[in-house]
Amino acid sequence: NTKPPRVFPRDSARSPEPGPTATPPMPSTSSSSSSSSQAQKKPAKRTEAQIQQKVNELVQFLLVKDQKKLPIRRADMVKTILQDYKDLASVIIERAGRILEEVFGLQLREIDQKYHAYILINKLERLEGDGMKMDESVAKMGLLMVILSLIFMKGNSARESLVWDVLKKLRVDPEKRHKTFGDVKKLVKDEFVRQKYLEYNRVPHTEPPEYEFLWGPRAAHETSKMQVLRFVAKIQNREPSSWVSQYNEALQDETASASAAGTGN
Amino acid sequence: MASSMTDSHRRFLQVLMSNGIIDAAEARRLHRFFCEQHKVYYAHDKLDDFIGIINTYLRPLFMEIRKGRSEDNGKIFYALVNLAITEATKVASDYAENELELFKKTMDLIVESESGYASSTNILNLSDKLQSKKMRKKEVEHVLQKFVQDKWLSERHGEYTLHTRCIMELDQYICETYQDVKKCNICHSLAIQGQFCETCGIKMHLPCTAKYFKSQPEPRCPHCNDIWPHDTRDLVQPDSHLSPRIPRTPRRISSSEPK
Repeated sequence: NTKPPRVFPRDSARSPEPGPTATPPMPSTSSSSSSSSQAQKKPAKRTEAQIQQKVNELVQFLLVKDQKKLPIRRADMVKTILQDYKDLASVIIERAGRILEEVFGLQLREIDQKYHAYILINKLERLEGDGMKMDESVAKMGLLMVILSLIFMKGNSARESLVWDVLKKLRVDPEKRHKTFGDVKKLVKDEFVRQKYLEYNRVPHTEPPEYEFLWGPRAAHETSKMQVLRFVAKIQNREPSSWVSQYNEALQDETASASAAGTGN
Repeated sequence: MASSMTDSHRRFLQVLMSNGIIDAAEARRLHRFFCEQHKVYYAHDKLDDFIGIINTYLRPLFMEIRKGRSEDNGKIFYALVNLAITEATKVASDYAENELELFKKTMDLIVESESGYASSTNILNLSDKLQSKKMRKKEVEHVLQKFVQDKWLSERHGEYTLHTRCIMELDQYICETYQDVKKCNICHSLAIQGQFCETCGIKMHLPCTAKYFKSQPEPRCPHCNDIWPHDTRDLVQPDSHLSPRIPRTPRRISSSEPK
């Protein structure tokens, strides 16, 4: 295997930020001015060019929204971009997804079937020397990886108190302001949860209430149990198979996602 | 669209999305690395063609990868720029309204200055005059840091100018907004920083000046022929061996334009 071992969950590429001008000085696109004048009635028929225009705008919208790593809801796509093309939403979203893959190597994945929320996942693995920007998000991903491994090794959930203990042992004290992470508890309980890397649930029948962390849907999409197990194995200088039940679980997880990928594409 | 995108193109694009701007040396390194990684045809002098393929796919999405020169040292850079403001870009929320207003006013100061720089003191004074929510000194310092980190501004000795990336992205906007902005007499691009001829008022980039006067025993203004009033001995030489710019489309591409 010539690829360097992947330690961090995949980092999604950021979309370009527009130059920070106060009010848009450039002429806005013709479609946005036409949709406001046609707001009263639905156009009789749409040309392919008009639909393609909406697809392109949706691609841009998804890239911008994904910058914060918050899931993007279908309702927002409709309200901001699709508007009176709402009836073609599924088609337009699907085509936007294809462009994201073909041009950017990003995959549009629905993580919530009920509320129709989507995230973008990087299909390209990180490489050493791949030129991607190294900022504090790298450190955050490292911290996240530690937490994800803890959760997995503990049988897919870990008590909040345990997570803080482990972090404290790693010199990331949740009670103090951290040089890189700032408010550690806020990062873990707030940011990682909003970004769907973690879930934070109340443990039933506990009084005073206790909470536990689980993997969130984004973690499941961006990394895997096997990758996480390999991370732990590397740190502890053991073979992944030396943890029998976790290894079997990771194998099952690999088989399951392989067959899902086969049918899904 | 003739040639198709490969993973090597996608990686290159992702790097630009991640960094905003990269220098020519890094671009060449990545071109080679990614082509080797994904076993795609590679020729060292075909970087512009490689980027051209990515651009055919990017332009319908209101973006493109542009080639430009730094005003500081004449080095070539590649930046990913937006081509138009659309509904989607209006949604981008990296900066608050008052931060954007501060940026705009800072840009006014920079463009209208002779040196092309605005001091942090002057920018702080601006923050008092904001029409949107007022900013305290610490907030101004923080947002200036963000602008530098995001490569919209660059800082030197407590003074701020527009980053190469910013000039490349907002080129047309600057020309349209600031009627009196000068272009370099040599390369005809926007000149935010540069030297002036005191007689006829033409402006030249420092690296362009260095290159132009290299072959001249007595530096004279290319326009009015008067003795050039500035010291030309220690100006930085631009990379002379690199090929000239890929022709840039000077107009904003409107999204409804037929391809």
